[in-house]
Amino acid sequence: MSAFSAIGEEREVDRNEYTPEIEPQPTWCPGCGDFGVLKSLKGALPEVGRTPEETLLVTGIGCSGKLNSYLDSYGFHTIHGRSLPVARAAKLANPGVEVVAAGGDGDGYGIGGNHFMHTARENHDMTYIVFNNEIFGLTKGQTSPTSPKGHKSKTQPHGSAKTPIRPLSLSLTSGASFVARTAAVNPNQAQRILKEAMEHDGFAHIDFLTQCPTWNKDAKQYVPYTDINESEDYDFDPTNRAEAQELMRETEDKLYEGEVLTGVYYRDDERPSYQQEKQQIGEMPEEPLAERYFDGDYEWERSYDQFIDKHK
Amino acid sequence: MSADELIWRIAGGSGDGIASTSQNFAKALMRSGLHVFTHRHYPSRIRGGHTYVEVRASADPVKSRGDGYNFLLALGDSFARNPQEGAYYGNEEAKPLAENLDELREGGVIVYDSGLLDPSEVPNFEERVEENNWHVYDIDLRSLARDQGREVMRNTAGVGVTCAITGIPLSAIEELMRDAMPEKILEPNVEIMETAYDLVREEYDVDAPDVSVPSGEHDEEQVLMSGSDAIAYGAIDEGCRFIAGYPMTPWTEVFTIMSQNLPELGGISEQVEDEIAAAALAIGASHMGVKAMSGSSGGGFALMGEPLGLAEMTETPLVLIEAMRAGPSTGMPTKPEQADLEHVLYTSQGDSQRVVLAPGTVAEAYEASRRAFQLAYEYQIPSMLIYDQKLSGELTNVPASHFDREPNADIGFTLTEEELADQPHTNDGKFHRFQHDGENGVSPRSVPGQKGGRFLATGNEHNPAGHIDEDPNNRVAQMNRRQRKLDAIRADLDDDGLLVEHGPEDADYGILTFGSQQGTVEEAVDRLNENGTSVKALTVAELAPYPIDAVRAFLDSVEEALVVEMNASAQFRGLTQKELGTHGEMLSSLLKYNGNPFEPAEIVEGFTTNIVEDGELPGNETKFVPAAGD
Repeated sequence: MSAFSAIGEEREVDRNEYTPEIEPQPTWCPGCGDFGVLKSLKGALPEVGRTPEETLLVTGIGCSGKLNSYLDSYGFHTIHGRSLPVARAAKLANPGVEVVAAGGDGDGYGIGGNHFMHTARENHDMTYIVFNNEIFGLTKGQTSPTSPKGHKSKTQPHGSAKTPIRPLSLSLTSGASFVARTAAVNPNQAQRILKEAMEHDGFAHIDFLTQCPTWNKDAKQYVPYTDINESEDYDFDPTNRAEAQELMRETEDKLYEGEVLTGVYYRDDERPSYQQEKQQIGEMPEEPLAERYFDGDYEWERSYDQFIDKHK
Repeated sequence: MSADELIWRIAGGSGDGIASTSQNFAKALMRSGLHVFTHRHYPSRIRGGHTYVEVRASADPVKSRGDGYNFLLALGDSFARNPQEGAYYGNEEAKPLAENLDELREGGVIVYDSGLLDPSEVPNFEERVEENNWHVYDIDLRSLARDQGREVMRNTAGVGVTCAITGIPLSAIEELMRDAMPEKILEPNVEIMETAYDLVREEYDVDAPDVSVPSGEHDEEQVLMSGSDAIAYGAIDEGCRFIAGYPMTPWTEVFTIMSQNLPELGGISEQVEDEIAAAALAIGASHMGVKAMSGSSGGGFALMGEPLGLAEMTETPLVLIEAMRAGPSTGMPTKPEQADLEHVLYTSQGDSQRVVLAPGTVAEAYEASRRAFQLAYEYQIPSMLIYDQKLSGELTNVPASHFDREPNADIGFTLTEEELADQPHTNDGKFHRFQHDGENGVSPRSVPGQKGGRFLATGNEHNPAGHIDEDPNNRVAQMNRRQRKLDAIRADLDDDGLLVEHGPEDADYGILTFGSQQGTVEEAVDRLNENGTSVKALTVAELAPYPIDAVRAFLDSVEEALVVEMNASAQFRGLTQKELGTHGEMLSSLLKYNGNPFEPAEIVEGFTTNIVEDGELPGNETKFVPAAGD
């Protein structure tokens, strides 16, 4: 019996398996967009064929960080902004596990911005969902990195003088090989995109628009949505970097004015993931490292045999 | 110059091959049967600037740098010159000679490169030579090297001169050069060394100074190792196969050794964006069941406080290394200090459960590194190893057999899938990862990918199944369980021999120290006893949990004790007083924080002046802080 028999197990997975039986009462507010993320993730995981026990969901802090209290897989609720480095190492240590990281716009684009840039650059094979409601929710309504310029809050009473971050462009520029945007009010599209993201070999970043009915009542600004992969108005090839960039510019320029473009903006299925690159240069074992610690027959190398001669 | 010991100092500019040359020289002496110990002094710059390495060699074991030295090889600093203008940067040019004279012993030898160094730039050079009876050899090493190879090889020429004067056979050095150099460079190097040797033998009076090198013999095969080597090998032998880090002196040494070796051992090394990420990566890998480590030096470690707390709360095994250097902030990047003790003990919020070990010697660094992993994984707790720039870079001989140990890749109380099936679960199959009843505080764990082991790890307070929970009873039960680990660890460590006593058991006085000052203190204790002062030393390598009983017993057995440490605020003495809650009135401090580690004589002097004679210290190299009751 393998030490990790949950990995690669082939069976039908029911979405209800992801729902804790004694469900903790979600502490999200009624009408919160986070429910949409949870719902579409529960729908997408079985479609990808992943069981709860071969899935690790790593979250940061904030309303989004509570996601893994309501999704019953292996979970690691980390600290503000740090979900990505924890998730990266988890995937390197045991690539057989499906690793999904999630966080909010403050968590992921603010305090964790540095990790975001570098995880995208390295193209780690994982999915990263950023709950983007353009506000700090759990700390009660402060301006976030995606809040529009001029946004007033208790901490920026005269209105923010800062231009909001452009998550899609930032992600593409940093090197993510899959960049998409979806919205909680678009559950079908969200589920499709999550599935594609998890099946993608490389860093898949999803900017997930989630309305915050309590602290950001302007959330309705996101309607109507246009699906760029479906709409006839957009003759669009997501494997074309230049086209992706142009569309991102367009939507990020006028996000606060009306039409919001969603869908898969960019995907590069040719580029090897970081794990593959690392294996190619001989810096990562072929077999999952974690397995070795459960293999009673493995002969562990000793420093004495390996290195002592050069000190003699 | 006495034949008891040779202390050879090679000085020059960074980038002039001082480190590699001294390493070879030390190894040659070790192979000839001597005990060696090196002391490294270098500036925070890539090329140029005053740098030196001392190699101390004796037939008897040496535990420390010596008091001063007796052989100076002063090479010209080739980077001191400004190539654009042909000008000099102030008096940089003369530094290898000028900066090193204060500590040269009477009757010592000076070999300097007359091709690059001009003694007329050194104040009162002639007078000082005469006064101290120094033997001076001015040799144009630069031309010698340039004529037969490249100018940079003048360090090899210097070694040739050293051999000619001291009588060390050239063959010993040649052998090492053959191992270390490609053929193309080897040939000219050997030629240069031989030419220099012959030149000195023919044209100078090498018998004038009494410079015969001591001879000795080892009972068993020795290896030359640094603290960084020992820490890295300890980690490897404990099955550590994942490291994440960000470069920072002096932690970089361990990080580099691990990074260069892990891929061949099927392990993974990650250089990442910052130290927060580095520690978080180690947590991520450890969460998956892999033995992982990270580390840094003071400023980088400051960033790790946050993930450190996460490891405590989620009970993820984690090993962090802290290589101390002088602070605050970036302080003095290449100079040792022991001032991060409180930083490592107390950083991160909340009631903390952690282990802190501080090895005192190269040999002990290997054990402590292994022990840090054992405790982290056995008790699912962060454990930290602190040491300093001194221990990280100093080379000394250790019996090779010391490292001939069995590997141990045990990851602690981690269940198999069969065992998981018998454990308590919630109705929906969530494993009770954080059960309350572990006697030593440790709950069994599972790792992602295992059937029947799914749980939530969270930095928030949580119930046995891992769900966030602020119920007061649950909080107290979880906190008590985590705290119980510390008592169990303390009991474990008591049997470990991490407290090293040195000197006569019934001594009147005591010296208390920790970390890299161990060898220096022990050497000072020997001299004090030889001089008729009855004193013994205790080095504490276990700082958290603190060995209260053992330290109390030591202090109860003496009249008064001096605490020796390299910082300005007596942090180790403060820790001792806090943990014991008593004995404050009998502990005074000898402190040093000028960027250099103690020399044995300074401790002898400090002890004598303050404890025996109640006098005042000359100069400001060290500082005395009286006991609380004084």
